[in-house]
Amino acid sequence: MISRSERVFNYAILIAFATIALYPVLLIVSTALSPDQIGDSGGLHFGNFADAWDQGRFGSYMGTSVTVAVLVVGMASIFSVMAGYAFGTMRFRGSEVIFYVILLGIMVPAEALVVALYFDLRSVGLTNTLVAIVMPQVAQSVAFGTFWMRAYFRSSSREVVEAARLDGAGHWRTLWRVLVPMGRPAITTMLVLMFMWTWNEFLIPLVMATSENLRTAPLGLAFFQGQYTAGTALLAAGATLVALPVIIVYLFLQRHFIRGMVEGAVK
Amino acid sequence: MIIAEKERVTLPQETHSGRTGTSDEGGGGSSTGIRRRRGTGAGSPERTRRRRSGPPGEPRNLAYLYILPAVAVFAVFIGLPLIRTATFSLYEWDGLGSSTWVGLANFQDVFTDPQLRGALTHALVLIGFYAVVPVTLGLLLAATMMRARQMPGLALFRVLIFLPQVVPMVVVGIAWRQIYQPEGPLNDLLRAVGLESVARPWLGDYTWALPSVGLVGTWVGTGLCFVLFLAGMAKIPRELYEAAKLDGAGAFREFFSITFPAVRGELAVALTLTVIAALKTFDLVYVMTSGGPGKETTVPSFEVYQRAFEFGQVGSAAALALVLTAMIFIVTLLVNRIGGRDDAAPGPARRAARKQEGR
Repeated sequence: MISRSERVFNYAILIAFATIALYPVLLIVSTALSPDQIGDSGGLHFGNFADAWDQGRFGSYMGTSVTVAVLVVGMASIFSVMAGYAFGTMRFRGSEVIFYVILLGIMVPAEALVVALYFDLRSVGLTNTLVAIVMPQVAQSVAFGTFWMRAYFRSSSREVVEAARLDGAGHWRTLWRVLVPMGRPAITTMLVLMFMWTWNEFLIPLVMATSENLRTAPLGLAFFQGQYTAGTALLAAGATLVALPVIIVYLFLQRHFIRGMVEGAVK
Repeated sequence: MIIAEKERVTLPQETHSGRTGTSDEGGGGSSTGIRRRRGTGAGSPERTRRRRSGPPGEPRNLAYLYILPAVAVFAVFIGLPLIRTATFSLYEWDGLGSSTWVGLANFQDVFTDPQLRGALTHALVLIGFYAVVPVTLGLLLAATMMRARQMPGLALFRVLIFLPQVVPMVVVGIAWRQIYQPEGPLNDLLRAVGLESVARPWLGDYTWALPSVGLVGTWVGTGLCFVLFLAGMAKIPRELYEAAKLDGAGAFREFFSITFPAVRGELAVALTLTVIAALKTFDLVYVMTSGGPGKETTVPSFEVYQRAFEFGQVGSAAALALVLTAMIFIVTLLVNRIGGRDDAAPGPARRAARKQEGR
């Protein structure tokens, strides 16, 4: 339907864009595989990853990040599903007001929270704990998740709910046994976005984690960079490790990432 | 709110198609939102009224139990800190000793202190790089490619072009720092094409450090905008363009009278995401420049962090954080007003649906 020259032109644009998008990523990966010290032999140095993992302590940072991500995504998604169910299918006093307040909460940047939160948590001895790193992020993700799940439950079929009820399922069972399995695509999108935000979060752990064993992966990477400016290969290996989990999830579930953001998932 | 009510009323229609539950995914009503309105009106009026008064036999107070965990976490970790930040902003406090009440002086400082004004000015410059350039580029490129809807391999390209959005910002910063190094790839490239005089240590240059950071924002945002607009334009009915062609409209007219109005919703989403990203720039500056050289690349978020946790100016940090929050609120509301969205809800489809209703 379109002319040959137009087709060539289109692909040229796409290839140019893709190259620019990929270049910094490939640069880091190739640096990570280069010799760490001058005088090392050529070839690919996969050993840099092992060095970064042990000496660079990225193994420990990644471990913290996994713990944080599991806790944040786990709690935030369950709370969001429950709240979204109530806002989407039940009518109760104050539902509009509460919902719009939460909607406003999506827009509140972490900057406006961490200043007070740090000093208040410090006075009760909670800074430098998982609680301080996890809970503010749960709150942020819950604000988005409630909004997202409400939209799903609003569009979900009433007849299915009624059928479930006729079969003797209570509201709790209807939610977890009927609506949640049916809403898997919407829930997957939510989980994927929450995971990405949590894994990539920098400011909250930076403020809250004062000891090294609570550093998340991006935080560890930033500190590593500050310490060893010379060791570029190790630094790049660390950067690759930090980015890898998100990129793997993205490659498998890219539809969900793109759709989530396209539909206006503002954070 | 009118829309919300209508959504509820029309719900029964779609249940008759029997597949919404599984096909409709999140975000409330993208494509199904439109289908819903086209429904044949199978729901009888009585039925509709019954639905409107809520699901039968639903114990209403139970809802409070369902929202309790979410609301509690929200209140303790967003509501309370926000109020406390507001309180902090009225005092002068070094984070350790006693605090002094200063009223609104900290807010006054935000707009008079040269350093803070500098940070806000830098944020405005970054909006140009993060939002204006990517949106313009994305629009133009998507528009030129729009006629090719079934391009083999397009899905793969979309995945690659969108990639910068998901890479952790700290990693992005490290990658670009390497690109900008005095002996880095960018300068190598410039020297190779005979532009040696242009080559410089980009991040250490007083004039070029901020644009260099901004360019990274352009890199991050352009793919998002491109993918967004491509998706939006794919939904425009072809007949519109054929009709326009019959009317003798050129490419320029075509763009401004068909394409552009059709992607206003996507434009709102793109602007919201990219402008907020620009205002909240922190990771990049922390990793790439630490605000330097001098104070040339300091931004509001970075000032908040430094003042609160390094310089012992907690009140000033809190005030700046609140101003930043207000700016984000204003931008979001303004952009969505322009885009014609009621709330920060999943927009394009909803508006398309409303358009249908209007007919």
